Amino acid sequence: MNRVRLLVGTHKGAFILTSDEKREEWDISGPHFAGWEIYHMNGSPADPNRIYASQSNGWFGQVIQRSDDSGKTWQPVGNKFAYDGVPGTHLWYDGTQHPWEFKRVWQLQPSLTDPDTVYAGVEDAALFRSTDGGQTWNELPGLRAAKGNLWQPGAGGMCLHTIILDSSNPQRIFVAISAAGAFRTDDGGKTWRPINKGLNSGSELPDATAEVGHCVHNIAMHPSRPNVLFMQKHWDVMRSDDTGNSWSEVSGNLPSDFGFPIAVHTHEPNTIYVVPIKSDAEHYPPEGKLRVYRSRTGGNEWEALTKGLPQGDCYVNILRSALAVDSLDSCGIYFGTTGGQVYASADSGDSWKPIVRDLPAVLSVEVQTFS
Amino acid sequence: MIRVALPQHLRTLAQVSKEVELQIEEPMTLGSVLDALEIQYPMLRGTIRDHITKQRRPFIRFFACGEDWSLESPDFPLTDAVITGREPFRIVGAMAGG
Repeated sequence: MNRVRLLVGTHKGAFILTSDEKREEWDISGPHFAGWEIYHMNGSPADPNRIYASQSNGWFGQVIQRSDDSGKTWQPVGNKFAYDGVPGTHLWYDGTQHPWEFKRVWQLQPSLTDPDTVYAGVEDAALFRSTDGGQTWNELPGLRAAKGNLWQPGAGGMCLHTIILDSSNPQRIFVAISAAGAFRTDDGGKTWRPINKGLNSGSELPDATAEVGHCVHNIAMHPSRPNVLFMQKHWDVMRSDDTGNSWSEVSGNLPSDFGFPIAVHTHEPNTIYVVPIKSDAEHYPPEGKLRVYRSRTGGNEWEALTKGLPQGDCYVNILRSALAVDSLDSCGIYFGTTGGQVYASADSGDSWKPIVRDLPAVLSVEVQTFS
Repeated sequence: MIRVALPQHLRTLAQVSKEVELQIEEPMTLGSVLDALEIQYPMLRGTIRDHITKQRRPFIRFFACGEDWSLESPDFPLTDAVITGREPFRIVGAMAGG
């Protein structure tokens, strides 16, 4: 029988939730790394028993943990993230230049083919790669050469939070940074170009259509259509049909086009999901109604998915890495909230149930699917 | 034998249940205790002081013999009480919170 495993990172530890393909009964293990912030956990597509976890806190800094037995046991691996060369400076909140300083790992993205190769997106924004199972890390410095001096932190820090590997082209990687924008390499990470044409940030930037500086919250891609990208920006939901060379807005009839995560249905490349949030000043659902919005048209036409979700007095947030999809025949959708709930839908979002209600604030959710 | 008391999170990370004991060579300084600790427990590298600069992390404090050694240099000589193990060298997470 097929099984699913959710890797849930929270403000106070990691939790692993497992179920069969019905996704009705769940086993919960944790907290792992109790008391630490777990910004992200992710399993290797090449070896699902291999899981990487980013463990950090303000006192003791960054630790990377690795499990080779599906999360039963863990070992700390390398945590030395040294920027290549002289780190230089970037824009600060007040418009002055500020030194690049490593703070934490936001995203871990294992290689699609090699369990020992894993990418780490960090704050202050940069991309690192390990080819020895996380023991040592080296920066891909070409990314920060893409006008890094003009990048600036968003409210959550200047974080590289999204890494997308293209299964059809091993040389191509997409990343997204708050607040710098989206970037693409076509040569395995040596050189990078900003891919922000069409983004409009008139409320946040002096030049609304600047080449870099946009607060991109999340991007998503379906592996069968690597030329098509979807983006949840600070404001605006965007779509690109040319590998990010240009973007157009697809916010359509959303009640708010502010939000954090965006995801693509596993079997329907034109079906996408967002969770609208009222505004950048009020990080909770509009009208206190927790609604996932689904578009089956790749944007512009959206329907509210509400069955099983609280439709009153709900004031949680759903962070950028806290929405994920499984790959079972009936596609499962999962998201975690800052209120500690993890909701699951086993029917593409038509109906929802909480798996667990009272975890610490959820920072990230990833899914592994097993047959 | 030098006794080092770690905060809870670092005891968990190092997989030790109580104080750790270190044998160090001359000169016996604050820096040499940290060097020996990181050699014996490499998973603690980067959690107490920076990998490269060796600067103490901002929310880490060093206490011993009822004194605050947090601002002392790495060359600061250990006291006899710490060298003989009569008093522990305490690595403490700074108070921050409610």
